[in-house]
Amino acid sequence: MTTPAKLSLWSVVRHILLVAGAVVMLLPFVWMISTASKPPSEVFSSELHLIPHQFALWENLQTAFAKANLWRFLLNGVMVTVSIFVLQVLVALPAAYALAKLRFIGRNALFALVLFGILIPPQATAIPVFLLLHKLGVLDSYAALVLPFTISVFGIFLMRQFFRNVPDDLVDAARMDGISEFGIVWRVMLPAAIPAVTAFGIFSVVAHWNDYFWPLIVLNSEHLRTPPLAVAHFRNAEAGTNYGALMAAAMVIIAPLLVAFLLAQRRFVEGIALTGIK
Amino acid sequence: MARIELNGIRKSFDATEVLGGIDLTIENGDFLSLVGPSGCGKSTLLRIIAGLEPQSAGQVTIDGSIVDGIRPSARNLAMVFQSYALYPHLSAFDNMAVPLRMRRLSTVERLPLLGSLLPGRRREERIIRADIDKVAAQLEISHLLQRKPAQLSGGQRQRVAVGRAMVRQPEAFLFDEPLSNLDAKLRVHMRAELAELHRSLRSTFIYVTHDQAEAMTMSSRLAVMIGGELVQVGRPAEIYDNPRDVRVAEFVGSPKINMMPGRIRDDSRIEVFGHVLRLASSQPPGNCSIGVRSERIELGSGPFSGAVIHVENMGAEAFVHIGLNGTEARLVARVNDVRRLPDIGSHLSFNFAADAVRAFNSAGKRIDVTAEQPERIRERAVV
Amino acid sequence: MSDNVATIGGVTVRLPVPATAQRRGRLSLTPYGLVAPALTLMLIMLLGPLAGVIALSFTDYQLGAPSLSWIGLANYHEMFGDRVFWTSLRNTLVYVGIVVPGAVTTGLAIALLIQSGTSLRSLYRTIYFLPVMATLIAMAVVWEFMLHPQFGLVNGVLREIGIAGPSWLQDRSTALYALCAIGIWQAAGFNMVLFLAGLVSIPKQLYEAAEIDGAASAWARFRLVTWPLLRPVTTFVVVISGIRSFQVFDTVHVLTKGGPSKSTEVLIHSMYTEGFEFFRSGYGAALTVVFLTFILLLTLIKSRLADRGVQYA
Repeated sequence: MTTPAKLSLWSVVRHILLVAGAVVMLLPFVWMISTASKPPSEVFSSELHLIPHQFALWENLQTAFAKANLWRFLLNGVMVTVSIFVLQVLVALPAAYALAKLRFIGRNALFALVLFGILIPPQATAIPVFLLLHKLGVLDSYAALVLPFTISVFGIFLMRQFFRNVPDDLVDAARMDGISEFGIVWRVMLPAAIPAVTAFGIFSVVAHWNDYFWPLIVLNSEHLRTPPLAVAHFRNAEAGTNYGALMAAAMVIIAPLLVAFLLAQRRFVEGIALTGIK
Repeated sequence: MARIELNGIRKSFDATEVLGGIDLTIENGDFLSLVGPSGCGKSTLLRIIAGLEPQSAGQVTIDGSIVDGIRPSARNLAMVFQSYALYPHLSAFDNMAVPLRMRRLSTVERLPLLGSLLPGRRREERIIRADIDKVAAQLEISHLLQRKPAQLSGGQRQRVAVGRAMVRQPEAFLFDEPLSNLDAKLRVHMRAELAELHRSLRSTFIYVTHDQAEAMTMSSRLAVMIGGELVQVGRPAEIYDNPRDVRVAEFVGSPKINMMPGRIRDDSRIEVFGHVLRLASSQPPGNCSIGVRSERIELGSGPFSGAVIHVENMGAEAFVHIGLNGTEARLVARVNDVRRLPDIGSHLSFNFAADAVRAFNSAGKRIDVTAEQPERIRERAVV
Repeated sequence: MSDNVATIGGVTVRLPVPATAQRRGRLSLTPYGLVAPALTLMLIMLLGPLAGVIALSFTDYQLGAPSLSWIGLANYHEMFGDRVFWTSLRNTLVYVGIVVPGAVTTGLAIALLIQSGTSLRSLYRTIYFLPVMATLIAMAVVWEFMLHPQFGLVNGVLREIGIAGPSWLQDRSTALYALCAIGIWQAAGFNMVLFLAGLVSIPKQLYEAAEIDGAASAWARFRLVTWPLLRPVTTFVVVISGIRSFQVFDTVHVLTKGGPSKSTEVLIHSMYTEGFEFFRSGYGAALTVVFLTFILLLTLIKSRLADRGVQYA
């Protein structure tokens, strides 16, 4: 790799390998778009071709939107993920501030609980939480989708780590200026923590937009379905008969996140990589 | 403007005592510097005055009212922090407006969107703007008001932080090492500015610093703290000239005071390096230490002699480091005429006047000494 | 601790404050007010249910049943005597055993390849990261069609080169491996990002020092610098992948429902069927406890290795 000739040779090999890998990674997406653009006659043909002879994307999209209330499902997805995120921030930020900047009896114990909470996978608490929501009579509602996720111990942990790096002087200055402790959380800490909140927001929204397990458990009604649940139901109803429309529906469901990702890649990668810490 | 009294202030963090009973009165209009080496508790004391930290015992009184348990903002003191603590997301103007808005606007009026629609808020905002403009003009930062802290230089941030303290017209200003983040040149400049500001505001200033030069040059009074104790309080000249404790003598003044091991003889005279000084002490015989400031060492002749180890030429003055013959001791002498400096390695004799001697007992406390022939103008401490 | 509680509200400062107010000022309740919502929700939604799931596993509770009774270890007895449980445990372990090494090595390989040159780095990173972002359920449906025995892309390509492909997801000898492939496809990009972060944090000077010290080939430098310094990250990625693949559910539920003939039955899917389809909450809870034990085990391994990793650093 020290001589230019070797360097360019390696560079060629590197690109060949990476392009080959990229093809495998992209294949499902390409095949999805390709199938979504084909009329049924071409979908059900053993002859392989990527570019449809007859372009039918529009028709497939129309069928998808006609057979399933996709707008409604997308709207559900937005409402649920946004409510979860907003509530998570409302709950986590004050706690993170107290854990990072205030001294009080029980602080270490509480932080230990937070760390322990991070270890608990969501599936582990599913049955009791389900029974609790059943007792409360809120199953099959937006509340059932949102309530269990209003507490994000991971969010508390993350924000606490970030807040610890905010200078104490800034907090003291706010106190001298007459801002209350609650005020400090929103007027001083939140603006200072915007990058961390953004990353956490992406993490949270992506996780809950894509979540299938929980909506599957608590929902019955069609009008409450979140996007993943909608695709699964669409597939159960249409599989084997109308792949073009199914692929079109899948495209619609993954589009919002993928577009957002392509627009703000760095932030998304940061946000998702947070899962690694979890 | 306010008179601040501290009575028996103690503070412990988890069994470690940081402050051991501080009594101090800061008079109205005083510029008091709390000075001491790092870790002496001076910042903690300032934070207790501010109300940011509760004391373990004792009382803080501002203008005759005990303020313990009153939250910081209600004490009507302003503080300038070492890191300036400007809100990074707010412009200089909005930073300065925070304390005013917090005081003058109701919770509803402070609401982000709704609040700005209320007529009361608009009226208040006009007054706030006028107040800030006045202070900004005074500090010459009017052209910077729309900038965010990140777009300001260190000195400019410093001014905005001072401005934020000034706009609310506090009872007193608290400064927590506000110049330590500036470069040396700017620091010297800001010293003069802060002293001028104090004169024009005629307000009470409490200024914490570990830099004795800063404290000496700016303040009307100095409170030297060491190891959680208030060791000496007084005017800068008094502290410099008349330290009551060896730690004060060593902390104040640059270069450091020359300390030499001495002994009180049975005839109550003081002896140093084998020479008996014409100084008598009322203390019982035993070991003591004597201190002489570098500017009081007179080179040329005298009973003491040593070799020149090092010469620091500062341009206007020079410091000659002398290793005393036959001892480990080193002294620093100030020479005003830099054109006539001894060579390194050369030997010279020196002397110091009896009234230049400050003697301390083995516990470090100042011992009073009397010159034997006080009527002579230049008393020589001689064999 | 700090005395910020507005003991006297807006009342003028000049008033001496009575001793009781001073007391209250010091024992501030503000921190507790700030953490109260989080703590309450944590107890209700996380720690309470965790204790609940363990307790439930010793009961015969069924959703809608009027009462429950303690049946000791009966659920566990039933579980250990059930062939389906052992199948599902075995399948889960096979899935983890294939996906973890697969996704970790591909992730590492991609990261190294991307980092070994300077051109098109962010483009490659974006492409490899796409599967992580895409809703897995939607992509599972796409994969299902790609694996369609007759009209699917995979068998189409195989046919071109003269091989008759199996009916992947409907064949009990291939279904689990097909799910593994989807799992690797989805997780590799995620691991790549973690590895890239690890690679970036290796100081450049170390490579220069290695070169001066005689590590001439790229492989030598990899052995001397990259691999040892990447070890903590690698451990971390392995455990994270392990925990994530233990939770496999989405693809199983939408593509195979555990079939054909239980060949893709996995732990969480069993838990789902027992707990939420047959509403045997007690038995589902016992399955959850088994699942939790494995997760806990992995976490323990992680903290053990992490401790050792610190010594390397």
